[in-house]
Amino acid sequence: MSDTIKTDVLIIGAGPVGLFAVFELGLLDIKTHLVDILDKVGGQCAELYPEKPIYDIPGIPLITGHGLSEALMEQIKPFHPTFHLGEMVTTIENIGDPLFRVTTDAGKTFECKSVVIAAGGGSFQPKRPPIAGIEPYEDKSVFYAVRKMENFRGKDVIVVGGGDSALDWTLNLQPIAKRLTLVHRRDDFRGAPDSVNKMRALVAAGSMDLRIGQVSELEGSDGQLTAASIKDKDGAVTRVACDAMLPFFGLTMKLGPVADWGIEMHDELVKVDVSTFETNRPGIFAIGDINTYPGKLKLILSGFHEGALMAQRVHHYVHPEKRLVFQYTTSSTSLQKKLGVA
Amino acid sequence: MPKITFIEHDGTVHTVEAELGATVMETALKNDVSSIVAECGGGCTCATCMVYVDDAWSAIVGPPSSDEEYQLDSAFEVKPTSRLACQIKVTEALDGLIVHTPAYQGR
Repeated sequence: MSDTIKTDVLIIGAGPVGLFAVFELGLLDIKTHLVDILDKVGGQCAELYPEKPIYDIPGIPLITGHGLSEALMEQIKPFHPTFHLGEMVTTIENIGDPLFRVTTDAGKTFECKSVVIAAGGGSFQPKRPPIAGIEPYEDKSVFYAVRKMENFRGKDVIVVGGGDSALDWTLNLQPIAKRLTLVHRRDDFRGAPDSVNKMRALVAAGSMDLRIGQVSELEGSDGQLTAASIKDKDGAVTRVACDAMLPFFGLTMKLGPVADWGIEMHDELVKVDVSTFETNRPGIFAIGDINTYPGKLKLILSGFHEGALMAQRVHHYVHPEKRLVFQYTTSSTSLQKKLGVA
Repeated sequence: MPKITFIEHDGTVHTVEAELGATVMETALKNDVSSIVAECGGGCTCATCMVYVDDAWSAIVGPPSSDEEYQLDSAFEVKPTSRLACQIKVTEALDGLIVHTPAYQGR
């Protein structure tokens, strides 16, 4: 078992609201670690609309999702948050009053005085293709991620999709697979041009197959695939023998493990006290799109406000001996020192 | 106001009034057409508002842009008449438009 990571607060979700929470907590001398299922910070801003303009951030007439993430990262730099990306929090256990032991699916364990859930729409998880009877094959011979490339050595592998994930895994697995077939609905790829060229060269050299169509049917037994049928746009079906299939259709938001944490929910959202943004489990907070209360608006600016109020309450748990004096960054030398500007 | 008819996978029919300049996706959400998910809120980045434009309307609505076509790569059961509802703007010319919604939007 790995060593336990001790911190004041663990923030679940590194979207804009989770990032700004680092700032508000940092001003109150509260140290933070963040866990996010994506391999990058920014949450929906990074995954769903990196290039789209956002018009309703106070004082910033126009900024892109990517731009906002970058600006927040710059703003929270003085507080040295630690990021654990590509991981999902699975359990939160009370071990003190309040003290929590939090574990992730990557096997990390944290010990912290408060937990802040800033998980937005939940966790981004791979889209599952609606192929009849796919469930028994999932995690046995149908995979939405590659954990160990070696598992595919000497196998007949089908990769499905037209984006970078599909192309990257095609190029990575082609040398070790017995035969690799890439399936895409049309003969045009949105992946990086270099990857597309490499893939086309392999096809031209006869080292792999490219089939244009959509997977319509799976064959196999006991979770082990033996073949997949691929239907082209005219309805003609080709059967391709395979040991494994890797569909890459992008990500979608699922609530995920939040529902298992013993927290009061309403309609897949976390109920909070509107003066502290604390849940029914003392020491566990929820801010941003994941929470609900009378009058809630799913706006980034609401999440920022919620983070500021949450931090005031978290201070009681993290520094119970210290009296909290409200201060402004414009005038407080102490806050300015923390920001590295005084 | 132009009228749009959504025919859901299970046969449920919604004929609704659409605001000019709004998108077909916004029109669906406003009228509780539940098979339109619109996870990204209209950014053409999630492909969870796919519709099949009725054959009679396909030529009038027109084909997807290349950005939209890329995004359709992450949708399922894509057909030649597939469009993302967030990328179709309501105009007078679309009065009477019929779109069909798929059984599954990826979530």
